[in-house]
Amino acid sequence: MTGGDEVTGGAGVSGGDGVTGDGVRGDGVTGRTEETGRLHRAGSDVQGRTEEAGMTTGLKTAVADNPPAAPPTAGSVPVPRRNWRSALRTWSPLLVLLVLAVLPYSTVSVPGVFDGPLNGPGTLQLLAICLVFGGLAAGYDLLFGRTGMLSFGHALYFAAGVYGTDILVTKAGLPLWQAALLTLVGGTTLAALLGAVALRTAGIAFAMVTLAFAQVGAILVARDFGGLTGGEEGLSLDVSGLPAMLVGVGNTVNLYWLALAYLALVVFVVHRVAGSPTGRVLAGLRDDERRIGVLGLDPYRFKLLAFTLAGGLATAGGAIYCLLVGGASPHVTSSELTLSLLVMVVLGGPGTRWGPVLGGVLYMYLDHRLTAFGTSSAVESLPGVLSGPLSQPLFVLGTVFILAVYFFPGGLTSLSTRLTPFRRLRTDRSS
Amino acid sequence: MSTIVLLTLTGLGLAALYFLVASGLSLVFGLADVLNFAHGLFLSVGAYATWWAAGNLPGAGPSGFGFVLAVAFGVAAGAVVGMAVELVMIRPLYSRTIEQVLVTVGLSLAGVALLQATWGADPRPFPRPDWTQRVTPVLGAKVPNSGILLILAAVLVLAALLGFLRYTRYGLVIRAGVENREMVTALGIDVRKAFTLVFAIGGAAAALAGALGGVYFGSVSPSQGGSLLIFAFIVVVIGGMGSVVGSAYAAVAVGLLQQFVNYYGTSGAGDICVVALLAIVLLLRPQGIAGRAATT
Repeated sequence: MTGGDEVTGGAGVSGGDGVTGDGVRGDGVTGRTEETGRLHRAGSDVQGRTEEAGMTTGLKTAVADNPPAAPPTAGSVPVPRRNWRSALRTWSPLLVLLVLAVLPYSTVSVPGVFDGPLNGPGTLQLLAICLVFGGLAAGYDLLFGRTGMLSFGHALYFAAGVYGTDILVTKAGLPLWQAALLTLVGGTTLAALLGAVALRTAGIAFAMVTLAFAQVGAILVARDFGGLTGGEEGLSLDVSGLPAMLVGVGNTVNLYWLALAYLALVVFVVHRVAGSPTGRVLAGLRDDERRIGVLGLDPYRFKLLAFTLAGGLATAGGAIYCLLVGGASPHVTSSELTLSLLVMVVLGGPGTRWGPVLGGVLYMYLDHRLTAFGTSSAVESLPGVLSGPLSQPLFVLGTVFILAVYFFPGGLTSLSTRLTPFRRLRTDRSS
Repeated sequence: MSTIVLLTLTGLGLAALYFLVASGLSLVFGLADVLNFAHGLFLSVGAYATWWAAGNLPGAGPSGFGFVLAVAFGVAAGAVVGMAVELVMIRPLYSRTIEQVLVTVGLSLAGVALLQATWGADPRPFPRPDWTQRVTPVLGAKVPNSGILLILAAVLVLAALLGFLRYTRYGLVIRAGVENREMVTALGIDVRKAFTLVFAIGGAAAALAGALGGVYFGSVSPSQGGSLLIFAFIVVVIGGMGSVVGSAYAAVAVGLLQQFVNYYGTSGAGDICVVALLAIVLLLRPQGIAGRAATT
């Protein structure tokens, strides 16, 4: 390994302590060059825009210092290193998407991982829920990992999507597309309004205000004002007005594709935003908000933009979740849902492209499967001291989460960076 | 008239419960900058320890002196858990605020699940001494004794906390630490001992709230702490983070508002009014009623 290897190391370190780091993403040596090139372009975009805004001094250093921006030498790494591995890196997301899209056609059964064959409705629904939450976690990461805003009220916008769709279809009798569109607009507006108030505070106070707003949502739903939400029992979706292709156990596969499309959309949007000039400003807000203010940009507007966008994405996820589980139940409004989103993002790796998705999918999978695991004979045969806690998914996930905060601050995606020394050892031996 | 007296006193009972949770939360936040999501767990630990002691501990029981012993055991359990959490989990992450919050979030999830695994998710009937189930006539209103007990306990805790903060050396260190931690450290005082102490105090107060709240509600369940915690957060923010007296004022305001609006308006409207109050306070006076000072 030559030159390029050092670039990877340098970029990885510059990401800081890993929790806020962007740089932990890069594990491929050659993939890094393409990544840094993109970042450079994005960086100069910010520069151009802010200079238009009348700021002329000190910008070059400020932009060049932003953590994900690689050292200038990175641009001079020879292009011919873009071999098959870099191509794989570029195309692998599409490849994974393709595999996931054709997955329902396979009848393979994976014993121990899923009950029944892969294209069974139960498995597909579990997978679809995992995908929706993967998208939800990626949207939440736009706030937490990329902008550094700790919101404890994200469940509110998800719940707005779930209940909005449900109520408009079931109680108002609107066709699904109108209901979904109205819900999306409503949820985004709600996020913009509440964000405008909540963002007058910062840090921990912001966390508490968002928590309190979400709590109002939970109370409104639980108390069942006007008989709209069904209170504690929830409200099941009236399927008579829905398109036939989305109704019934046999059509679970269509919902699965819908969930997959949602995940792809969220990842695409978050990726595009993070790579755009706005995304550079958001990363700047996360790292040092005062500096953004000094640059003549208004932190409030950018934070509100991120908050509204994340709220809108969560609302869309809620609409799909409502179709997927066929109704709404009050637990989607609980603060625990937001906390689990936080767990997903931190487990996966905040501020990375695939970390939150991975965390969300894995969390929901474990949350569903650990319940079955807890009642399995292997756990039952353990002494009571062990089998009791192990049968509680939240105990296992909470413990794993705490351990992750201590020992893997960058989440799952940082593991590949941490394993790099071992890989290098292996390559050296083979060459 | 009697309705108003009754509502005032039950509102104050609720306020007492909020204050017991919020005072510890506020001190912990003011001194160590930790937003402690595990505080609801301390409350549940206190409630379950009291419940367990009343049934199993020799000498303790559901009535008379035995109940006092059971509550004392619960409070001690809360203090020990609070201290252990600070020493084992918070201290290694010193001054990394976000990670500390994340750890307490994980702890609250895992701890509640652990309680659920041990004693089940259903509410358990809580031991209540006979006299707490009776009522006392006050100005024509029949006020439940358990509410009065809560108010008395909260007043005692408030007085004890203020006395401790004003007249002892450690109280002085904590007050100074809330205002400017770096300066206290620079003077050569180990402020981390004060962290442990504050966690123990907060754990004990929350455990007392759990035990007396169990008497008040008549049952104990693993998720009780979490639902009280959100209102305690609101009380802390309204009162000013770090201020014990501010927490007391805010708790009274929140408790009374909630009780009166819930009675005269529709059920649940009071909770929403509390959040509206929070929004107003934050917009007009973002630092809270008292600002950042432990005893003003």
